This record gives sequence, structure tokens and C-alpha cells, in this order.
Amino acid sequence: MRVFLQRITAGVQSAGFIHPKVVENQEEVKMKKSIILGALTIAGLSAGAAAAGTLDDVKARGTLNCGVTTGLVGFAAPDANGEWVGFDVSVCRAVAAAVLGDATAVEFVPTTGKTRFTALSSGEIDLLARNTTWTFSRDTDLKFDFVGVNYYDGQGFLVPKALGVSSAKDLDGATVCIQTGTTTELNLADFFRANNISYEPVPIETNAEGTQQYLAGACDTYTTDASGLASTRATFENPGDHVLLPEIVSKEPLGPLVRHGDNEWGDIVRWTLNALITAEELGVSSTNVAEMATSTTNPEVARLLGTEGELGGMIGLDADWAKRAIESEGNYGEIFAKNIGEETPIGLARGLNAQWTDGGLLYSPPFR
Amino acid sequence: MSDTHEHSVAFVRTTDIEQQPAPSNAAGPVKWMRDNLFATWPNALLTVASAYVIYLILTATLPWILGGLWNTSSLAECREVLQGKSAACFSVLTDRWNQLLFGFKYPSEFYWRPTLALVLMFFALAPVLFFDLPRKLLIMTLLYPFVAYWLIWGGTIWVPVFALLGFIAGYFVYARFVAQNFALGFFGGVAAAAVVWYVAGFVVSMLAPESPLLASVPSRDLGGFMLNMMLGLTCVSLSIPLGIALALGRQSSMPLIKWMCVVFIEFIRGVPLITLLFVASVMLAYFFPPDATVDLFLRVVIMITIFSAAYIAEVVRGGLAALPKGQYEAADSLGLDYAQAMRLIILPQALKISIPGIVNIAVGLFKDTTLVSVISMFDLVGMIRGPILASTDWNGVYWELLGFAAVLFFVVCYGISQYSQWLERRLATDHR
Repeated sequence: MRVFLQRITAGVQSAGFIHPKVVENQEEVKMKKSIILGALTIAGLSAGAAAAGTLDDVKARGTLNCGVTTGLVGFAAPDANGEWVGFDVSVCRAVAAAVLGDATAVEFVPTTGKTRFTALSSGEIDLLARNTTWTFSRDTDLKFDFVGVNYYDGQGFLVPKALGVSSAKDLDGATVCIQTGTTTELNLADFFRANNISYEPVPIETNAEGTQQYLAGACDTYTTDASGLASTRATFENPGDHVLLPEIVSKEPLGPLVRHGDNEWGDIVRWTLNALITAEELGVSSTNVAEMATSTTNPEVARLLGTEGELGGMIGLDADWAKRAIESEGNYGEIFAKNIGEETPIGLARGLNAQWTDGGLLYSPPFR
Repeated sequence: MSDTHEHSVAFVRTTDIEQQPAPSNAAGPVKWMRDNLFATWPNALLTVASAYVIYLILTATLPWILGGLWNTSSLAECREVLQGKSAACFSVLTDRWNQLLFGFKYPSEFYWRPTLALVLMFFALAPVLFFDLPRKLLIMTLLYPFVAYWLIWGGTIWVPVFALLGFIAGYFVYARFVAQNFALGFFGGVAAAAVVWYVAGFVVSMLAPESPLLASVPSRDLGGFMLNMMLGLTCVSLSIPLGIALALGRQSSMPLIKWMCVVFIEFIRGVPLITLLFVASVMLAYFFPPDATVDLFLRVVIMITIFSAAYIAEVVRGGLAALPKGQYEAADSLGLDYAQAMRLIILPQALKISIPGIVNIAVGLFKDTTLVSVISMFDLVGMIRGPILASTDWNGVYWELLGFAAVLFFVVCYGISQYSQWLERRLATDHR
């Protein structure tokens, strides 16, 4: 049986179906021998094998496999040169910088809303940073661990100024463009029922379709995540003619997630994210991090940047891990400003995503 | 008698009247319009109404197209230049031209490789499509898959070379034994090819140089219209032979083969293509260890191929069923065995009847390749829906991008359709 399978595998190799780069390397060839055998092992077995030692896998591979969206303005998209940029992309790069010392050692795996969870649980990716809402069932039933929140989002309403509406509660009897099969659809129904007002849904499939329908006047208001509405509005010819209503009708904490069960790896991602947030709180940025590392008198900054204490060693990394993460992409505030902040066409205000000291929700546990 | 006419007729013309043009209402464009556009009052009304609609469409679209901008760097800049005028922002096409054609990850210094593969494709297809060309040119067609593979994916040349050697070995074994027994030849050929490939698995890794002549490009980096063309061409050319085999298998008198083919065809036809693609991209990942998966491109090719093969099988079966029983009996009475009868008598006629149906499926298949965008492969539509529309520069450009995609697909599909009509006329040797 084994010989037969090996023959098939070898045949597949030589026909060039498996990527030739692999064939160049003798050792990898041996590994590929196990492909077909692996194919016959049951799903649970391979998932179990993937669950242990993600850190070692990543280090051995030399690249981080990071799941991102196939394209969402400001959060993840390849630019004209094919380089991935965006808010979620920066999280991947920071983790790669912390673990591998190279922010470019990331293999971005584009995932759709349908393929993202299988990609993570099957071990195809080590980390999913794809504006995914942290919910109970995803954390527990789907067996993932959300390591934190990098963007607090919520469902909002976009209306033309000409409609003369200043609150979502005035939308009684309105036609609402709504993406089908999403949590936003359920939130919408909840909100209108709770306020005892009626609406007429106009079902749409994609954001592009929603934009067209809304601009064509097929619906009075368009509802989806507020960040999405803001970036959609930024593409309008006359963004000033449309307003976001003040009501946010749902909680959408978006954050990176890893597989359940590999807590060492989860810790690394969690504390890399926390390091970015803490860095902003402590005033450490990509420009002054090198200087701070040597001259700081603040003990927490010293612990964060590895000049004092053994924090890196506790999570299996070296002392400079957080310093590299901050150096590569900047602190949380820099990442926000660069990708989705008010200076960019998307123009999102910090709002809930401000530091707790500025009245926001960002609150990293201490580095101690 | 010669003066008879002089008395009875006042004037006799002795020369021919010079030929006059037909009256203006009985020839030329006027007559054509009277006959075709204004034959009756209702016709005339419809003509005027249609002309008005066409006028409306053109006045709406032509200024938009002709006034389009081609060299701005973002949608915002387009709008700034246009100052509220309505015109296209084609700059997105020039700015992202290479991404639309090759995807965003294919190394730009290697763009010549897929381009060369495309040019060679025309040479490789010519002898298949136009059978008046010398048959020797078919060698080019047979070599093309290996050359194209090497050009597009790069890497060591020994992979395609040994793949080709496997086929050659298989062919020689087949040719040696087929005279005795078709099954012996067929399975012997398959076995010989498998042995060569098995050996090659070890040899290639030893021969492979450190830095191959053409740097290798992983499948994940393929994208754009190139991916659609590759999927379309590969799947059509693989699914036609597979479909014919399935159709013959379904007609077989051997119950095992017959039922296998029936179950296969009916199962595949009963499942949406998108489901098969999801299985290829998502479900299979569970069965492989994390680092070792069969190439996604290959998985998708297999799924699309078996999908269209099931449809082509039914089209070919229709062609087989349309042949009079006499043709089968004539072949038998000549003493031909099954393979000969099929090859020489039955299939040439059945396939000719099936051409429109097969082309129909080929065109559909080519357009279906855009479905891979839902499993996060960046084909032309995937590039548009994903990276390009998600960039801050071009978020909001829909008509220009999707119109461009439509034009590309239309050119290819219209070409296929024109070819098939030419082929039908060329093969029209029947008694209609």
C-alpha cells in the first residue's frame, strides 16, 4: 500500500502538479511523500497535529501564514505593486517582526468570509486577521481563540442629507439596503423591533451592489458596519451630501484569532497586539523606539522594549520582540492613522478606538 | 416589305437605349430601407422607435466613453479633472493593467513568460482547429502543454521533460501492444508512464539545479485574465476526451463500466460547480497535513474538468444516439473491432453532430472560470472585486472595470463561437 501511494505521489511530483520549488529540495520531497498518506488520515488527526507548536512551525518555515480578506479598503488590500497594506495586514507584519525578526516574512493568504474559518482550523494559516467579529460561538463552538480587539466597530446607518433625518429612530417606514445572510440583518430587525418602528428591507448581496442601490435611490438608508459605511461614503462623488447617523446598533469587536489549544502561540499574538497598544499609551513610536530602548527611565517602557526584565523569554521569544514589532509598523496609533485614520480617504475618527486615557476602549493589560 | 414599318410606326429606334439606373425607389439603400425598415406602417413606427432608443443609448454612453480619462492616478483625481462632468475613468485600466492580466503577485520581470506562452498557444491550437494545415504541426500541439507549463511556472526544466518522457513511454508501450489487445495496450501504456514518473520523482530532485533557468513561480501567484485563460484552455482540452470516454462508457454493454459512468455523470451533473470548487479549496485542506497540499490550481482544474466532462458526455451521447443503427451494423459487418469501429465510423459522425453542443459547453465553461474568485483565487473578476476595488485609489470604479472584463470575455467567447460556425460549414458533408 505504502509503495503504491509513494508511486502515485512521485508521479504527481514529476508531472509537475506539486509545485516544482518543492521538488528542488530533497528534504521537502520526503515530506511530500506523506501527502497522500496524509490525505488518508482522518481530518481530526491532521487538525490535532496542526494544533501543537505553531511557533516552532512558523520558525521552521521562516514565514508566517496570515489569513487576510481578499480586499477591504483600508484593512487589507494589495497596492499597485502587489504589496499587501492595511490595518489588519499591519497586525500580521508586527507578529512576523516579533517572531521572525522580519516584517516582510509573511505569506498572505486571502480568504473570503466563507473560507476563512476552515483555512485557520485546517492549519493552512497560523493567524487570521480579517476584520472578524468576536462572538461567543466563534470563540467556543468553532474552537478559535480571539486574542484581543484591534478595532471596535458597530453597525451604523448612512442616509442622504436631503432626507432630513438626524436619528435612526426617525427612520419609521424607511426602505433599508441590507446585506443578506449577515449579522447586520438580524441587528437591524432587533433595532427596529425594539424601537417599535417599521422598515422595508431591500436585500443586496455585496457592498458594491449596496452602494449602487443606495446611490440610485432604491433605498432611503444603507446599513452595515460603520467603518464600512465611512469608507463607502469616501468613494462617493459628493461625500458631503451623506451623513452617518449617530446610532450604533450593534457591537462588532474585530480582532485577530488563532486556533484553540495552542496557548503559547495565542499568547504571542495577544501580547504583540497589546505591545502595539501599550506603545501608543506610553508614547513609544516607530521613530523614537530605538532611542527609547536605550535612554528610557520609565520602567514599563524598559520592560516592553526588553532593556529590563525577561518578558520576551517568557513567551519563547528574545528580548527585542516588541521593539521589532513597533519598529516595523509603528504603534497602534500610527497604524490607525496610516491606514484608516482621518488623514486617509477613509477618514475614520478614533472614537471607541482611542486609548482608555482619551475616553476610548483600548486598554492593554500591563507589561509586568 | 421593307417599308411596312415606315407606314405603320412613326419611329423605330435602331440602337439600344443605354442602360439606365433603376428608379431610386426600386434599388439601392432606398429600396432596402423600404423593404426592410418601412415596409408597412407598423414597421415604420417600430423602426423610428428603435432608432430613437439607439440614439438615446448612444448619446448617454458615447460621451462617457470618448470623454474618458486614461492617465490619472486615482478616482479622486479623475473627479477633480472632470469637475462633475460624467465621463469614464479608464485610468484604472492603465494603472492596474498588469494586475488585471497577470494578477498582483506574478513577478513583473517575468510577464514575458505567460505572454510568450499565449503567443505559442495560437501556434499550438492552429493545427487542431484548422485541419487543412500539415499534420506534422501537431507535434507542436503535443509539446505545447509542457512548454507552457515550464514558461508559466518556471522551475527546473526536468519536471516537464520527465512528464513528457512518461507520456512517450506510455505511447510506445501502447503502440506495441494495442495490435494484440486494446485493453492490454491501454493499461500497459498507463503503467509504463507511471513507472517513468515514479523514477522521475527521484531523478528530478537530483538533477534539479540550485537556480533554474526560469525562476519558479508558485501557483498562488497566478492571477488575472491569465488565470481564466489557463483554466479555460486546460479544462476544455482535458474535458473533451474525458467526456467522450464517459459517453462511450455509458453506452457500454459491460454493466460495471456502464454504471460507473452513469453514476459519475449523474452525480456531477446534480451538483453545482460552486460546491465542487468549495470542496476543492476548503474541504480537501482538512485531509492534508498543513504544509503539504496538492496545488490549488490543480485541484480547481480537476473539479472544473470533471464538471464539464459530465456535460460533454451527455452532449456526445446525444450525437451517438442520433446515428442510425445501420452505421453500427455496417462497422460490425466490415469486421472492425470496437476501437476501430468507434474511431473510424461512429465517432467522426457523432462528434460532428455534437459540435454546437460541445462549443456551447466550452463557452460556458470559460465563463464559469470566473467562479474561482469566490474561493479567493484572483482571476480577472477576483482581481476586480478584491484588490482593485479595495484599494483606496480605485474604490468606487465599477462600470469601467466590469465593462473591461466583459469585453475581454466577449472577444474570446465570440471567437470560439465564430470558429464553431466555420467548422460546421466546413464539415457540412451531409445530405441536407
